[in-house]
Amino acid sequence: MVNRALLWFAACIFAAAGESEGAAEATLPLLKGVEVFDTPSDAGGSITLTWPRPDSLPAGSTYQVHIADMREGPYQLAATFASDGNLQSEEPKTFGYGAATKDAHFVHISEYTGEEGVVALENGKPYYVRLELHNGPVSTRTAVLMASAEGNYFNWSKLNNIILGILLSMLILGYIGLARRRALYIRRIGGLEALDEALGRATEMGKPVLFIHGLRDMSQISTIAAVNILGRVARRTAEYDTALRVVAPDPVVMSVSQETVQASYFEAGRPDAFNPDHVFVAGTEQFSYAAATEGIMVRERPAAHIMMGYFYAESLLLAETGSTTGAIQIAGTDAFTQLPFFVTTCDYTLLGEELYAASAYLSREPKLLGSLKGQDAGKAILIAAIVLGAALATLDIPILTHLFTPH
Amino acid sequence: MIFLSRVLPVIVALCFGLLGIGIYYVPHAAAQNLERELALWLRIVFAFSYLLGLYSLLNLHWQRIRQRGEGWGYSAIVYVGFGLMMLFVIYNDGQGPFAPQAEGTAAENGYQWLFEYVQVACSSTMFSILAFFIASAAYRTFRARTPEAALLLVAAIVVMLGRVPIGAYISDYVPAAADWLLNVPNLAAKRGILLGVSLGAIATSLRIIFGIERSYLGGGEE
Repeated sequence: MVNRALLWFAACIFAAAGESEGAAEATLPLLKGVEVFDTPSDAGGSITLTWPRPDSLPAGSTYQVHIADMREGPYQLAATFASDGNLQSEEPKTFGYGAATKDAHFVHISEYTGEEGVVALENGKPYYVRLELHNGPVSTRTAVLMASAEGNYFNWSKLNNIILGILLSMLILGYIGLARRRALYIRRIGGLEALDEALGRATEMGKPVLFIHGLRDMSQISTIAAVNILGRVARRTAEYDTALRVVAPDPVVMSVSQETVQASYFEAGRPDAFNPDHVFVAGTEQFSYAAATEGIMVRERPAAHIMMGYFYAESLLLAETGSTTGAIQIAGTDAFTQLPFFVTTCDYTLLGEELYAASAYLSREPKLLGSLKGQDAGKAILIAAIVLGAALATLDIPILTHLFTPH
Repeated sequence: MIFLSRVLPVIVALCFGLLGIGIYYVPHAAAQNLERELALWLRIVFAFSYLLGLYSLLNLHWQRIRQRGEGWGYSAIVYVGFGLMMLFVIYNDGQGPFAPQAEGTAAENGYQWLFEYVQVACSSTMFSILAFFIASAAYRTFRARTPEAALLLVAAIVVMLGRVPIGAYISDYVPAAADWLLNVPNLAAKRGILLGVSLGAIATSLRIIFGIERSYLGGGEE
């Protein structure tokens, strides 16, 4: 009797265990639609797995990706993550914004931990991967899939950027072409109109003009724009026979400025008036540069201070010291955090884009003026896109927002 | 001569300008390696240019000392500072100038001591002067002579009050109003300026790449 009871009890336990295993297996669906391919738009060394999200999964399920460099293995764990993570909608630069991205997973594999430590994926080498879904002791897996990593020649996530860049460039080049055929109206820029006044004042007073570069190096477009303006200013000072001092915070900027000023003096027919010692490095550290330049302002009392380029905290130190000397001050910067300081302390300020427009404006060359008109047309298009995009986004149609999103 | 001074720089600007744009869109390792190589060239050029900068700086101050110009004593301090720094760099904790620069705290290393207790202290002093300059510039700006200046004054008062505890003490609306001013009108203006700057940068780059703008070569007009 006791034996029969024990047998019955053991049978019940085995049956219960079998039922629970069977029930758990039933809750883990088969993984279908798994794809593995080279990660798009990257430098190489990475493959990507994608698969649709199963309709329902028990809580606590996790995905694992195993990888090997031979079909027969050994397979190593390359990634593990929760079953509700890694949705394609989290990475629009690769998968876009479609509704389907909310119901699909992805994972990028660029390395795995092998027997000898972390191994990075090599380009051109086939890798074998399988995706596993785990929930406690129960798991399901896909068949082995193969892919190899490659370096890509175009970053498709920057497609919107290149299209917009080409469109704006064509617009600007189109206006440059148009300017060759007919005269274009260019809006007046007060700060640049005042440049002649400042140089004339310096000439009348017999005092030098001080040109102050911003802190950035020669690889920055704002510094190139400042050098362009310096070329125009140097030509005028050469014509007016006015002394010009140029301070730079960087030796390369100084060298380029020296060449530019020298060439301008040659063009103005005054090569004898050029003195390379008048274009110098005042200091290579931010506040050393500011202190040295302030010293020049206070001791030499130039009649005009022209500050062009990208400035940081030294902007107010320079402009406020300059204003106490009574010099006429013209500043131009694309550093929007410093603009309020210049507007407050300088007589004229070139705001943002006007810094880039200055050289073209001063030259009055039709081709250069055409580019200014192109800039304005580009701005009009962007304003229209912003207004339309805001209206569409308000109506929950974010298509323009997505088109203009940088990746 | 015209070729070297005019044509060649434009060709170089065109080639490297287009190359730079291309590299931005090409993620391939070859493009990234080329970018690193170009950055290395830049650093080499920069290292040599430092000699020019050093000559320029020392020459400027030597001329001042020689001519006994106004404030020539400050120029003498430049030489003393430069000499002391060079002395410690060459001494290099007894390892000489060709060994890697010795590391250590200011108490152990003369170079570090000069940097921390002279250079950093002087820079901090200059930076702190900014507080007084901001006050004087704000005083000039906030004199409400025009409707725009009055508006600026009101906005500034709201933002300043919203950033300190007394603002919330007066009313919960003050910090909220300050946040709104910073996040809506202020941010809109910032983005407007940035859009203009970006377009300006594109236009300037195109002018230089295609040789339309040549004032950086001097003058500009042919």
